[in-house]
Amino acid sequence: MTKVKSLDDLRKMRDDLQSKVNLREKSDHPEKMVQIKVSMATCGIASGAKETMNFLIEELDAQAIDTVVTQTGCMGYCYAEPTIEVTLPGEKPVVFGHVDLKKAAEIVEKYIKNGELVDGIIPVNYETVDEKNNE
Amino acid sequence: MKDLSMHILDIAQNSVRAKASLVQINIVERGEIFRIEVIDDGCGMSEETLKKVTDPFFTSRTTRKVGLGIPLIKQNAEQTGGFVKLDSKVGEGTRFKAEFGRYHIDRPPIGDLPGTMALLISGNTGLDFVFTYTNEQKSYSLDSREVKEILGDVDIRTPRVVSFLQEMINDNLIEIGVEF
Repeated sequence: MTKVKSLDDLRKMRDDLQSKVNLREKSDHPEKMVQIKVSMATCGIASGAKETMNFLIEELDAQAIDTVVTQTGCMGYCYAEPTIEVTLPGEKPVVFGHVDLKKAAEIVEKYIKNGELVDGIIPVNYETVDEKNNE
Repeated sequence: MKDLSMHILDIAQNSVRAKASLVQINIVERGEIFRIEVIDDGCGMSEETLKKVTDPFFTSRTTRKVGLGIPLIKQNAEQTGGFVKLDSKVGEGTRFKAEFGRYHIDRPPIGDLPGTMALLISGNTGLDFVFTYTNEQKSYSLDSREVKEILGDVDIRTPRVVSFLQEMINDNLIEIGVEF
């Protein structure tokens, strides 16, 4: 049986990660990274938002695209869950609906990598999803 | 909700919205009981609000008119002979408890608990989580404050950290004999 991972292993991993972060120095400039918010309320979770979020984290890491993926509340588009909000550096946020794994892959390939819009955009007017919009 | 992990993810989001700074998630498997507790130090609820939370047509949101998180877990718990209990005080926080019949045929499976906890910790950076799983003899606990202290200036949202947390929780839960 392989060894059970512990916080000590995390400590060892940190030094390696730290050198990478310092090289890029991107974490100090979140506006230069792709930012994704996954809607994670009852409606989103029941529709598979967790799988979508996992997929996005893994896929963008595998493709070495610097991204911050976080959770947010219900955006009010429960009919179109899972929904995600993507903010490309220097662009206005865009909300996509019905983001299953297939759609998520399409968004990564077309929108995030090439800035090409894909079907499934929910037209909304606001600055960004924050708690004000979620309450 | 297909499994208990999804319920936990869902209920914990209530604590996030209550602007909690620390959320304790305790899972206890003992005897005939499977218990989930979510305890936060968020804004809490008034007695009046507390009475309404199990009503599916009550929500504090304005984006929609239904609030199904608590009604859904209540239904699932009661179907297995269990219950849901909530205590709350304005300004102090909320304690949520759900008990399921551990071996009841209708008890939903645990689901992807390691992935759920890793996503909760990494997806909500403004607050901390203490996760504890206890069964007959053993217990496993993880405090996100410890994780952040070790990481220092490395972002907890770093994908490799997220997958590490997931593996670590998975390893340790299997070690103490949790059957997913």
